[in-house]
Amino acid sequence: MTTLLVNGHRLESAAEPDTPLLYVLRNDLGLKGSRFGCGDGMCGACTVLLDGRPTTSCNLPISAVADRSITTIEGLGDEEHPHPMQRAILDLQAAQCGYCLTGVVMTGAALLAERGALSRSEIRAALDGVLCRCGAYDRMVRAVERAADLARAGA
Amino acid sequence: MTAILRAYPHIGHWLTLNADGTVRVRSGKVEFGQGIRTAQAQIVAHELAVPVARVHVEDVTTTASPDEGVTSGSRSVEEANEGLRVAAAALRLALVDRASQRCSVPTDRLRVVDGCVVLRDGDRIPYGSLVDDQIQATLITGDEPLAEPVPGSPIGVAVPRVDLPAKVFGRPAFVQDLELPGMLHGRVCRPPAPQARLVDCEADEVAAMAGVRAIVRDGTFLAVLAEREEQAVRAARRLRRLSRWGPGPPLPASAAFMLEAETRDVVAAEDGAPTANGDVALRLAATYSRPYLAHASIGPSCAVAVTEGDRYRVWTHSQGIYHLRQELAKVLRVDEDQVEVIHREGAGCYGANGADDAALDAALLARAVPGTPVRLQWMRDDEFAWEPYGTAMFIRISADVAADGTILHWHHEVWGNGHRNRPGSAGAVGAAERLDGDPAADLTNLIAGAEIADALQASVAAPPPSPSSGGGRNANPIYAFPRRRVVNHYVPHTPVRVSALRSLGAHANVFAIESFMDEVADRIGADPIDYRLRYLSDPRAREVIERVRVASEWAGRRDRDGRGLDIGFAQYKNDGAYVAVVADVEIADDIALPRAWAACDAGLVVNPDGLANQLEGGIIQAASWTLKEQVTFTPEGITSRDWMSYPILTFSEAPELHVEIVPRPHEPPRGIGEAVAGPTAAAIANAIFAASGVRLRDMPLTRDRFIRAA
Repeated sequence: MTTLLVNGHRLESAAEPDTPLLYVLRNDLGLKGSRFGCGDGMCGACTVLLDGRPTTSCNLPISAVADRSITTIEGLGDEEHPHPMQRAILDLQAAQCGYCLTGVVMTGAALLAERGALSRSEIRAALDGVLCRCGAYDRMVRAVERAADLARAGA
Repeated sequence: MTAILRAYPHIGHWLTLNADGTVRVRSGKVEFGQGIRTAQAQIVAHELAVPVARVHVEDVTTTASPDEGVTSGSRSVEEANEGLRVAAAALRLALVDRASQRCSVPTDRLRVVDGCVVLRDGDRIPYGSLVDDQIQATLITGDEPLAEPVPGSPIGVAVPRVDLPAKVFGRPAFVQDLELPGMLHGRVCRPPAPQARLVDCEADEVAAMAGVRAIVRDGTFLAVLAEREEQAVRAARRLRRLSRWGPGPPLPASAAFMLEAETRDVVAAEDGAPTANGDVALRLAATYSRPYLAHASIGPSCAVAVTEGDRYRVWTHSQGIYHLRQELAKVLRVDEDQVEVIHREGAGCYGANGADDAALDAALLARAVPGTPVRLQWMRDDEFAWEPYGTAMFIRISADVAADGTILHWHHEVWGNGHRNRPGSAGAVGAAERLDGDPAADLTNLIAGAEIADALQASVAAPPPSPSSGGGRNANPIYAFPRRRVVNHYVPHTPVRVSALRSLGAHANVFAIESFMDEVADRIGADPIDYRLRYLSDPRAREVIERVRVASEWAGRRDRDGRGLDIGFAQYKNDGAYVAVVADVEIADDIALPRAWAACDAGLVVNPDGLANQLEGGIIQAASWTLKEQVTFTPEGITSRDWMSYPILTFSEAPELHVEIVPRPHEPPRGIGEAVAGPTAAAIANAIFAASGVRLRDMPLTRDRFIRAA
C-alpha cells in the first residue's frame, strides 16, 4: 500500500509501486483533469503540483510521491472559487482544444505562488515544459500576466 | 434549397424547442477546439431571438444528428449558415404563425424578442407555450428569410466558449476521460514499419501477466486488454518485445523521390495568350518544398467501444462519424445499422489524425470481450508513427518577366501524394495499378482493416476530386497575370500513410507562390507590398494587405541587418477568407519570430474572438510547421516518434500576435481555421530573406539550412 496525499485527502493506493501517478489519479480517484499526452514527461498535459512544484505525473511512480503533497487541477479551484489562473484563462479565452490546459494552469499557478511580478520572457520560459499544439501560446502568456494581476488584487 | 436541407427537411431534424423555452440543437459538425458549438448556439440564438444560454448543442451521434459529412475544410460556419440557420429561421416562422392563429393577428404585426412572440400591444407569448406536436414535422422550404444582424443580436459578439469551463476546472471533457462500469484498458502493438507483417508472437508469457484479460491476435493486428491501464501499457510493451515482424517495403531515402516518380497530371488552370518572346526581359525559376508533416495531436487517439449482442457502440473523436460507421461496418462485416457511433471531443486534430483508426482498434478489442466495454488509447509513439501525415510537396514555379517588371507568364507545377484518405473520402484508391478502377468496397482507410486475417486492401490517399482541391488547393495564384499554366502532378506511390492535414495543399502552394512573388519583386527592386498590389483589383484583398502594412509600421524591406519584416497573402481556396500576414524575423544564434501581424476578411463573423483565436493558433501552428517540423524516416521505418525527434514550436519560440478582422457583416461567412497557414509560411521565408539576403525554399527553414545557404 502507498499512502498518497491528494488535494488534502490522505488515501491508500493498492496499485503497484511503479504505477505512474497519472493512472492512479485518473482511474482510481476519478480525477480526469490530469491528461495523458506522452508518457515521457515531455508535453506537460499531466502536470500536478508536487509539494507545490509543477511535476509531470505520467512518468512519476507512486512510490516516489508517498506522503508528499499532491495537488491536481481539481484541487486548485472550482467554478465557485476559481484560482486566478483559471479565471484568467476563461477571461481571455486562452485555449483552443484545451487538452494541454492542465499543464498551463498548474505551471502558471506554481509560478504565481513563487513570484509576484513576472516578465513575459520569464512566463514563457516557465511554461516551456508545456506544449500547446493548437498554438494558443500568446493568449496563455497574457493569461498568466492577468492571473498575476488578479492575484495581486486579491481576487 | 441546399442538399443538406433536402436530406433533413424537417425542423425536428435540427432543433427541438422545449416547453421551458430552451432549444436543443442537432448538427453533424463536431467540436475539436475550434469553437463550433459556441458558434452554432449563437447562430440559432440569433435566428430565434433567444439568449445563447438557452441553446444547448447536443453531442453528435449517428442515431440523432444530421449527416453533415466530415467536419473539415473550414466549412462549418459556412454550412451552418446554409443548413442549421435556415432551420432555426423556419422554427421562428412556425412560432410566429402559431401566435398569429392563436391571437388572430396577422404575422406582419408580430415580432420576436427574447424567446417570445410579441404583439403590437406589448403582450408576450413565450415560445414554450406555442410548442405543439406538429411543429417538429414542419417542412423547411429553404426560402425562409434570415434574421438581419441587428444590435443586441448574438451574431458578431465574443460569446465565451461553452466547452471551456469543464476543461479549465479539470472535469471530464474528452473521449479519453470517458469511463464505463467494468471497462477494460487496451493497447495496440503495431509493427516497427509500415506494412510489416506479424510473423510470430510469444503471447503466453504476456497472458500470464498481472491483470491481463486477453491478447487479441488477428492477422497482423496485435493488442492486449487488461484490467488496469498501467497493466495494459506494461503488457503491450512486453508483447512488442516478444513479437517478430517481417520487413515492410523499404521507405525512400527522402521525399525527393516524388520529382522522379510516375505521376498522374492534371492541368488545373491554363489561360492567356503566348507572349511574344521580345517582351520577356527576365526568366526566373525556383523549386520549393515541404516535408511530410505530422498532425501531432497532444492527446494520442482514443476510443471506447462495447458490443451488445450483435451490435457495436463506439465513442470516438472522429471528424466524420457517419463515414466512420460505414467503414467500421465494412471491416467488421456487419450492417451499418448494427453500429452506433457517438462523437466525443479529443485533443485538437488539425485534419485526419489517428481518431478513425483508434475507433476500429477499440471495436476489434470489444469484439474479443463481448459485452465488456473497452477503452483503447494509442501511446505517443503510436500516434507519431501511425497517424496519416500531411503529404510532402514540391513546387516548381517559373515566370517570364517584362522589362518593366510585369509578370507575363506564370507556370506553377506541384508534386505530392494525395490529401484525402479517411473514411468517406471520395475516390480513395487502392494500389497504384488500380488507379483507374472503381474505388471498390474491398478497400479500407483504417490501419487495422488491412491488418486482420479477414483483411481488406489498404487504400492510399486519392488524387484530388477536382483540379483546385487537394494538392491543387491555392495552386492557382489569385494575381491577375496575363498568362498562366498550373499543373498538378499527383504521385501515386505513397510510401508513408497520408491523409488530410489542415489546409491541404494550400500551405505549400501559397508558401511557394508568395516566396516567388517576393523573389521577383526583389529582382526588379520593387516593394513587396506594392508589387503584389499591381496584380490585385479586388478591394477586399487590397484591404487586408493595406491593414497589415499599417499595423506592422511597414517601411519597405529592411536592411539586411539580421532583422526583417515581410509579407505573405492569399485568399483561401481562391474564394474564401482573405488573409495577409507580416512576419518579423530576427536572426542571431537561431531564426526567431518574435512578432507577427495578420489581417483577415472572413465575411460575416459569428464570434470575433473565436475567429481571432483560430487565426492566432493558425499562425503559430503554421510557424511551427514552417520553421521546425518534419517526419523523419530511414528505409526501415519512421524515426520521428516523440517530441524530441519531432519538435514543435514552444512557448519561448512563439511570436506575439496582432490580428485584425475586417468587418463585413453583409458578406457570407468564410472559414478561417486553415486560411492563414500559407501566408504565414511565406511571410516567414520572405522575412528571413529580408533580414539576411538568404532565400530558403525548403521547409523546415532551420538554422542548419540557413547556415548551408548563407
